[in-house]
Amino acid sequence: MTNSINEVLDTNVIFVTGSNTTESHPVIGAKIRQAVQRGAKLIVAEPRKIDLAKDAEVFIQIKPGTNVALFNGMMHVILEEGLHNKDFIAERTENFEALEKMLKAYTPERAAEICEVDAEDIRRAARLYAQADKASIFYCMGITQHTNGVNNVMSISNLAMLCGQIGRESTGVNPLRGQNNVQGACDMGALPNVYPGYQPVNKPEITEKFEKAWGTGLSEKPGLTVSEIMNAAGHGDIKFLYIMGENPMVSDPDTTHVKHALEHTEFLVVQDIFMTETAQFAHVVLPAAAFAEKDGTFSNTERRVQRVRKAVEPVGHAKPDWKILMELMNHLGYQKMYRHPEEIMEEIASVTPSYGGITYERIDEKGIQWPCPTPDHPGTKFLHKGSFARGKGQFMSLEHKPSAEEVDPDYPLLLTTGRILYHYHTRTMTGKVDGLNRIAPESFIEIHPHTAAGLKIQNGEYVRVSSRRGSIVTKVKVVDTIEKKVVFMPFHYAIGAANMLTNTALDPTCKTPELKVCAVVVEKLSQTELDSLRSYAAAGFIG
Amino acid sequence: MELYRSHVLICGGTGCTSSGSKNIEEVFRAELSKYNLTNEVKLVRTGCFGLCEAGPIVIIYPEGAFYSHVKVKDVTRITEEHLLKGRIVTDLLFKESVVDSKVRSINEVDFYKKQQRVALRNCGVINPEDITEYIAFDGYRALGKVLTELQPEDVIEIVKKSGLRGRGGGGFPTGLKWEFTYRAQGDQKYVACNADEGDPGAFMDRSVLEGDPHAVIEAMAIAGYAVGADQGYIYVRAEYPIAVHRLQIAIDQAKEYGLLGKNIFGTEFSFDLEIRLGAGAFVCGEETALLNSIEGKRGMPRPRPPFPAVKGLWQKPTLLNNVETYANIPQIILKGPEWFAGIGTEKSKGTKVFALGGKINNTGLLEIPMGTTLREVIFEVGGGIPDGKAFKAVQTGGPSGGCITADYLDTPIDYDNLIALGSMMGSGGMIVMDEDNCMVDIARFFLDFTVDESCGKCTPCREGTKRMLEILEKITEGKGTPADIEKLESLANTIKSSSLCGLGQTAPNPVLSTLRYFRNEYDAHVHEKRCPAGVCQALLSYLIIPEACKKCGICANKCPVGCIDGVKGKEAYKIRQEQCIKCGACMEACPFKAIERK
Amino acid sequence: MITITINDQKVQVENSSTILQAAEQLGIRIPTFCHDKRLVPHGACRICVVEVEGARNLMTACTTPVAEGMVLYTDSDKVAKTRKEILELMIENHPLDCLTCEKAGDCKLQDYCYQYDVKEGPFHGVKKSYKVDDTNLFYTNNQNKCILCGKCVRVCNELQCTGAIGQFERGFDTHVGAPFDKGMEHSNCVSCGNCVSVCPVGALMPKSKERFRYWETQKVRTTCSYCGVGCQMDLVVKDNKIVDVKPAEGPANDGLLCVKGKFGYNFVNHPDRLKTPLIKKNGRFKEATWDEAYALIVDKIKNTKDRYGADALAGLSSARCTNEENYLMQKLFRAVIGTNNIDHCARL
Repeated sequence: MTNSINEVLDTNVIFVTGSNTTESHPVIGAKIRQAVQRGAKLIVAEPRKIDLAKDAEVFIQIKPGTNVALFNGMMHVILEEGLHNKDFIAERTENFEALEKMLKAYTPERAAEICEVDAEDIRRAARLYAQADKASIFYCMGITQHTNGVNNVMSISNLAMLCGQIGRESTGVNPLRGQNNVQGACDMGALPNVYPGYQPVNKPEITEKFEKAWGTGLSEKPGLTVSEIMNAAGHGDIKFLYIMGENPMVSDPDTTHVKHALEHTEFLVVQDIFMTETAQFAHVVLPAAAFAEKDGTFSNTERRVQRVRKAVEPVGHAKPDWKILMELMNHLGYQKMYRHPEEIMEEIASVTPSYGGITYERIDEKGIQWPCPTPDHPGTKFLHKGSFARGKGQFMSLEHKPSAEEVDPDYPLLLTTGRILYHYHTRTMTGKVDGLNRIAPESFIEIHPHTAAGLKIQNGEYVRVSSRRGSIVTKVKVVDTIEKKVVFMPFHYAIGAANMLTNTALDPTCKTPELKVCAVVVEKLSQTELDSLRSYAAAGFIG
Repeated sequence: MELYRSHVLICGGTGCTSSGSKNIEEVFRAELSKYNLTNEVKLVRTGCFGLCEAGPIVIIYPEGAFYSHVKVKDVTRITEEHLLKGRIVTDLLFKESVVDSKVRSINEVDFYKKQQRVALRNCGVINPEDITEYIAFDGYRALGKVLTELQPEDVIEIVKKSGLRGRGGGGFPTGLKWEFTYRAQGDQKYVACNADEGDPGAFMDRSVLEGDPHAVIEAMAIAGYAVGADQGYIYVRAEYPIAVHRLQIAIDQAKEYGLLGKNIFGTEFSFDLEIRLGAGAFVCGEETALLNSIEGKRGMPRPRPPFPAVKGLWQKPTLLNNVETYANIPQIILKGPEWFAGIGTEKSKGTKVFALGGKINNTGLLEIPMGTTLREVIFEVGGGIPDGKAFKAVQTGGPSGGCITADYLDTPIDYDNLIALGSMMGSGGMIVMDEDNCMVDIARFFLDFTVDESCGKCTPCREGTKRMLEILEKITEGKGTPADIEKLESLANTIKSSSLCGLGQTAPNPVLSTLRYFRNEYDAHVHEKRCPAGVCQALLSYLIIPEACKKCGICANKCPVGCIDGVKGKEAYKIRQEQCIKCGACMEACPFKAIERK
Repeated sequence: MITITINDQKVQVENSSTILQAAEQLGIRIPTFCHDKRLVPHGACRICVVEVEGARNLMTACTTPVAEGMVLYTDSDKVAKTRKEILELMIENHPLDCLTCEKAGDCKLQDYCYQYDVKEGPFHGVKKSYKVDDTNLFYTNNQNKCILCGKCVRVCNELQCTGAIGQFERGFDTHVGAPFDKGMEHSNCVSCGNCVSVCPVGALMPKSKERFRYWETQKVRTTCSYCGVGCQMDLVVKDNKIVDVKPAEGPANDGLLCVKGKFGYNFVNHPDRLKTPLIKKNGRFKEATWDEAYALIVDKIKNTKDRYGADALAGLSSARCTNEENYLMQKLFRAVIGTNNIDHCARL
């Protein structure tokens, strides 16, 4: 996030897109609502009529995968009506003319046609956003998990810069980070192309710095991304795979493909707190301590580094991940001992400029938001004040591109996926909490009443959902919060798994798969299938 | 303007309407057209005349003939005799209207003689559903003057100088309230009118709204100009359908005439008005609970400060006055603050409307100058106590007030005197009690009301009034102990000093004031297990006087629990006291008055 | 800054502060039930009343702003007597089951009754009698214990903004529940438990699996491990087990949590937790020692690296693990194994 979470309370216009905030980031969702109660206006652009839509001044129910067209349409209106921030554009951006030229073609009518919405709503949203004193955009995976995800993100930046809605308190662009420490994992260089603090692996001076700090030689060749690793494993190019605290068998697109990859890995190590779907394929499983059993830090979505503290002893012989990794390094001949995670943080601070001033002592009470380069730096509440990281903000001329898979007569419905309030990611943790399982026991698919009627499907019935990659059985929820040609499934469940269906097509730049759009067909179950399902259910597998 | 030789004024207030004045009006209309009098006699449905006891009321001018208890069958006679032939139908007149065979005009009747009508001046005079009648009686002239000749500060100064104090109960100086709202910072301000009259038996505000709604509308527009508000809300009980109906007609007409809306009188000033209906919770008459209710929230009071003048509706500065307060404003503007300040006492200026009820001959609505004594109100205007019974006390200020005894009847009525007596002005309820009222029972009655109406927000009021009621019930049932009286008094003081809003802070008043003046009655209940007024059933006993009993057995037949024994014609009857439920059926049934109550 | 006199002590305080804030600044403790600095001042419980010179009635410290020259007493005889009577009124209408009440030790009513020496209600009047609503899977609503401070309703409306609960009826019959008194399961409650967390008494209680007394527990402040908001919370621990979770006032969450953070902690103690290293032999997992597991992994790493080069190895780090662990994971692959094939599921 460019801003802090609490800045939302003083924002005048909040634009939420690609995020079902009240379910995926409930406390931020609550704060958005607090802001609305205080008088802020809310714009929501989502394929589903999510709960926040009720609070919205403008709700635009867009077709999944058409965000760029929506943003272009809004920017067209803003330029046409002269609502853009000319001073900001002149002082802090470049490449405006190219954008202006490209936007000419995106009349709200054309954008509305692509997004399958009302052009007037695009106009209203544009005016509201552009004319706000302080406006902020909040987005999540609904923006990024597309083959044009990077374009979506850059298009959001275009919109924000066009209106000067960035770089001030309560104005900015705020991607909501999904997992507790996805921000931290990125910050720490758990990425194939960068060291901690986003320092590129292929820059000689950086390599030299880390070689010196770590006392070893280092490769300058960027590594493979998750999806590439899976592909390579499937082809037999990755022989040894070490998975710590992840469950790609449920979280990754096209589960059949993941299964193939795991099965073809010569040696698989899985380190986790439970025997996950992924761990089943491992050759060695290592028992890790849960968050309550260890010390450390998480970096939240507002870049705040906060303490994790040990409350209970690890169960059985389980060990904290840091300890396992350290001992393994030692066994591999790398003799570096850390007595406590605090010592690891000292090393992190010494090699990571943005964490340079962070110590356990300083973050004991409230945490610190990076960048925090020095021990006397107070941390950074919001980013891009005065200038952008690269100097001037660059407008990118981005055209709408259709999703990798569109509907056709064989697969006539668009499936989009997401989270629900009561489960977390692949249910490794929430699946073990009784109450949560009772509220949300099994996989389901949301279908519009009209579509359900056409297929002669009733609410609560089990159906077969198939895509080009796989086929699953799941339960129907007939809802009027979704468009007729769109269906929705949560991805949490391993049985009736949405990711058996999703598309592995990647964004060319950042390699994020298109989890949010794929074409599916929904069919009524045959009597034989129903019978076998019943015996399956009787055995306790479903429901 | 057309001229008529006679005006027939029919009361269209709630009291007379419910006793059939609408039918009377229709029959009059038919009779007038039957005799071709429609061009000579004008029929006007007005607001309340005040003397509800005598309703339905018809008054015919120019004579000022005051027909009371009019029935449909009387209409033909009045039309034929009075309107056609010019002979007043004396036997249908109000009883006091004929003295020594001479007919007196309504203004000479005792009930009206001592009254001075400022807030009620148009009630019973004009047709409230016709804005032109209000305009004909100087309506909207004050607004015109304010908008074209005065600055907001001048208006506030006039109101301050007049000495007008809030008529809703608190008696806060109105001009100061206007000044605070005027001075408060805010991009938006509101003016609100409290028409959520909730005291049992009080109907001052209802009568103003029913009889003269434009006076309130005009005053709110003046207030809007003075404090800088362009939007007003009138919060009125849904149980006042006639008032709501007429208010809406009046607002619509005022808008039609450009007296509400944009650029009133061609000035920069714009003002709009909306009605908000209350659902009948007593607490919504408390100003902050009322604001919550207008906002659509649960009707519970907010802590003060901040006061509404600083943070009112939707946290914006809001001026809130009650109906009667507003109704005085146009007159103050037109006649000047000195005129108003010339009426009343040193610290309480002007007049006050009271709703007189209880053990009194002239039940109804009256408006008297401040400083009139209680005795004048009760014995002259009110016509005294029925059936020659002795006056015991008068409760002013409704359930929040207290009782005042005969010793203080010559006290001039004003805010400060009533408070000094342990009661208060309140919104103007006045309930008279005679020798047959038990004061412990009266306290129980009012507590029962406040327990029922407590909103439940703060602890002392929610829990405390309930416990007070329980103790009072114990005492009236003869189970009270001396310690109960102590607990009652201590609890009353705690509730008074620690409750959140006026409702809780004043809820113990009926108990504290009866304890102050009628402690002997409490003691009789507790120590002697006796109710001196003979009201508290559990403390009564019915006895058959053996010498008087004629052994007829009627009482035994009537007794619902069969606790009267005896042998018909042979043996005097006796009541088994332990089974008696004290219903009194035997005493009523005995043809020989042989049963007494002790 | 303005000058006021509290308990005969002259002090300078911020002009915008309330009496309560001013007193806190001086270390003077005033009891409160309904006060919560995050919420709109409510002034309902009246337990914080203080005596202000010149005021007709006692004033609530939590809602009354200080004023220049104000003279006030926070613990005069009148204040103490009034507080005691208010507590008597509360306890009069509250079950006296502190011996078995789960809230004992963490209950404000209990604490203040002790402080003001209130043993029972003196009136012997009627007590409320509601059926306990246990239809929510995570908490119970026992209105017989409610003192109507209103915090739960206000948190639900003002902070959580779900509006699932409200107050119903009025006066003595006022109670907290779901719309139309139909039970929590028929409301739009999202089980965030923020109402439970602010309840000062035992009216809203988590359905805990463990039996414990609060004085047997320790609190450990940590960061929630679910989504990326980074809510701060206290794990309540008894005998090496988490028995409750309470939201803390972190910069991101201001004392709020969601259903997962508040109630989703039992997985830590779940019997299915992995407790020992496992090595697969003939398609079945066999328990192993750490040394065996390490030896096998080290051997495989060395072999693979020797035969296919470092780029035949890859690691997936985790957005669920700490910064320190992610740092070590990438360091293991880069510095020790020698490849940049390290990623995690940021994109998923």
